[in-house]
Amino acid sequence: MDSVPSSRVPPAVQTANVCRYYPMGGGIIRAVDGISLTIERGEFVALLGQSGSGKSTLLNLLAGLDRPSSGSVTVQGRDLAKMSSEELAAYRRNDVGMVFQAFHLIPSMTITENVELPMRFAEVDRAERGQRVRESLEQVGLGKRLEHRPSELSGGEQQRVSLARALANRPSLLLADEPTGNLDSRTGEDILNLIRDLSLSLGMTVVMVTHERALAERFAQRLVFLGDGKLLSQEALA
Amino acid sequence: MKGYDLFELAVRNLRQSKLRNGLTTVGISVGVASLVAMLSLGVGLQQLATRRLAGSGMFDTVFVTSKQDFRGFDREDDQKTEHPENAPVLDEPARDAMTHLQYVTEVEPEIRVMGEIVSGGQTHFGFVTGLPMSARENEAFDNLQGKFFSGPSAEEVILLNDFAKEIDPKDPKELIGQEVTLRYGERQALAPDSESAGRPQLAGTPGGGSNSASGDDFGFSVVRKTQKLKVVGIIEEEPYGGMRTVSRGRIFLPVDLTEKLNMAQFTDMRSSLRGGGGKTYMTLTVRVKDPGKVAQVQDAINKMGFRTFSVLDATKSLRRFFTVLDLFLGIFGSLALAVATLAIINTLVMAVLERRREIGVMKAIGASDRDVKRLFFAEAGAMGFFGGVLGIALGFAIGKAINVGTGIYLHRHQLPSEAVWILPPWLIGAAIAFSIVVSLLAGLYPASRAAKLDPVQTLKYE
Ligand SMILES: Nc1ncnc2c1ncn2[C@@H]1O[C@H](COP(=O)(O)OP(=O)(O)O)[C@@H](O)[C@H]1O
Ligand SMILES: [Mg+2]
Repeated sequence: MDSVPSSRVPPAVQTANVCRYYPMGGGIIRAVDGISLTIERGEFVALLGQSGSGKSTLLNLLAGLDRPSSGSVTVQGRDLAKMSSEELAAYRRNDVGMVFQAFHLIPSMTITENVELPMRFAEVDRAERGQRVRESLEQVGLGKRLEHRPSELSGGEQQRVSLARALANRPSLLLADEPTGNLDSRTGEDILNLIRDLSLSLGMTVVMVTHERALAERFAQRLVFLGDGKLLSQEALA
Repeated sequence: MKGYDLFELAVRNLRQSKLRNGLTTVGISVGVASLVAMLSLGVGLQQLATRRLAGSGMFDTVFVTSKQDFRGFDREDDQKTEHPENAPVLDEPARDAMTHLQYVTEVEPEIRVMGEIVSGGQTHFGFVTGLPMSARENEAFDNLQGKFFSGPSAEEVILLNDFAKEIDPKDPKELIGQEVTLRYGERQALAPDSESAGRPQLAGTPGGGSNSASGDDFGFSVVRKTQKLKVVGIIEEEPYGGMRTVSRGRIFLPVDLTEKLNMAQFTDMRSSLRGGGGKTYMTLTVRVKDPGKVAQVQDAINKMGFRTFSVLDATKSLRRFFTVLDLFLGIFGSLALAVATLAIINTLVMAVLERRREIGVMKAIGASDRDVKRLFFAEAGAMGFFGGVLGIALGFAIGKAINVGTGIYLHRHQLPSEAVWILPPWLIGAAIAFSIVVSLLAGLYPASRAAKLDPVQTLKYE
């Protein structure tokens, strides 16, 4: 790792001995405990581990939703730990797209409005938004029922909407926390196929949390195993 | 986030829980309505009082006298003026100078002479007073029978009802339209060399008895004259008469006519004694454009060396009274708004709790703490705005009801109806602005609470 040739493109994400502790009762919980990890541009990485091993916590640190207790998270040469909350918000809205197990769509908004929402925060011109909403929905294969509410859609469709929302501001990093956790296996596979295709066609880096090793092996390029907040092992796939 | 996006999101969020936000908005509107109703009642009462006082014509008026006259009227003043004999007199140039002072609309001499009305062969004695055309606005003319003067020098007369009764005890109204004769004394200047022979002299002239060393033997004589006048109206009370006890005027002529008739006055005698035959006035009545400027005008005239009097002090304490009244009405009206503020806080805190996850999602997809804060502010402000508009409408309705109610009450007591409740345009704007500001203040705590929410916690999958 240390002997990476300088001619190579800098990594998309790099963590150095990053920790996230929670005070609990008298002691502390080491949710993430000294993880150093490098993820290349355009790479599709799966984070694996048992429940409570720190996968979500690590993902939130990469997303700039949470701050490390110590260590650093470097994205595009900038240390997230040193950024102001305003800068972190800008990083999240411009560089990161997030997808969750529970979809987390806004129930009162239509599909179109949900996909448009990140563009409001990014202050994208009104005139441009409609076009970009359609583009994003096309990328995830949704063309119908765009004025419906999320609750009127199936789980798979909802996850596509949330993927479209994640793509709205054209991020370079897609973070997915158990994106198939609420879907049946066929729909889950469809979503992962979609994510892999988008990663390849858009050159987007993907970090996906899952506890289904079989799925991870089929779609990811590298597996990272966590346990008790520590990096246990890594496995590169062909 | 841009302003219009903020507003759009805020309104759609408000519409999400229509009942709760609607009730809160109604609560704000009740607060605004009570504030508006109270304050406009204060404004209405104040305007009513000013209207009544302005009608009396006393609050925009400065009475000017020479320090040579009425000595002892103001002791302190007299002590300061070492030689009152040298104080300026109220002559034509002085009157002219006052007319040109800022804010002065009118300077009228107070003409008050003895005269007689001859009607049906009988003679009736009374004081003759000149009235400016502006006297029409005086409340004494509120129940004028007949008409006001057709012009400032029309040969017309208005009589006091008491006086008219003296002339025609049966039906004084019959006099209106009739012609009467006024008998009065005309002041006629004497040429310095004239020995005033053959003239009926009613008043003293230095004449031959003068031993003035300077040779200033200028004088005048008073000649009995008559003038035909048409009676045009009858009034109950003397205009501007509120401060007068003696020599109540009973015969009113247009002021320019009185001056043209050149009636002999008390002051004429004094000026003839002093010598230097110009015409002087006993009292000048200076009318000021706005009661608020009376002090300034009074000051300017004092500097000219005259003594002035106005009822300014009375208006000052009146204004103080209404400031206190407005304050009380304002505090009383604000109570409901204070309660509404609590309702806003409650509503928004509930909204923050309910929308925890939504706030987390917004942060995850790029909203900053500031965006979240502004969104809740916008929701509070929008409720304040709608509550304010609704409150104005409600307050307007309450005020109209107060007016109708007092109208019925006054009518029952045979009094003319008065608008006691007036909604000035500035109050509409101020109330809506105030409502928005109060709502924003109420949104301060919920908004910062929403902004501080930790997205990681709110997005935890349970
Ligand atoms: N806010 C918190 N307070 C205390 N402990 C927490 C908090 N969030 C997470 N943890 C703990 O940190 C550990 C890692 O959690 P998490 O990253 O969600 O695991 P995973 O996503 O791998 O299931 C768990 O033991 C969890 O209980
Ligand atoms: Mg998790």
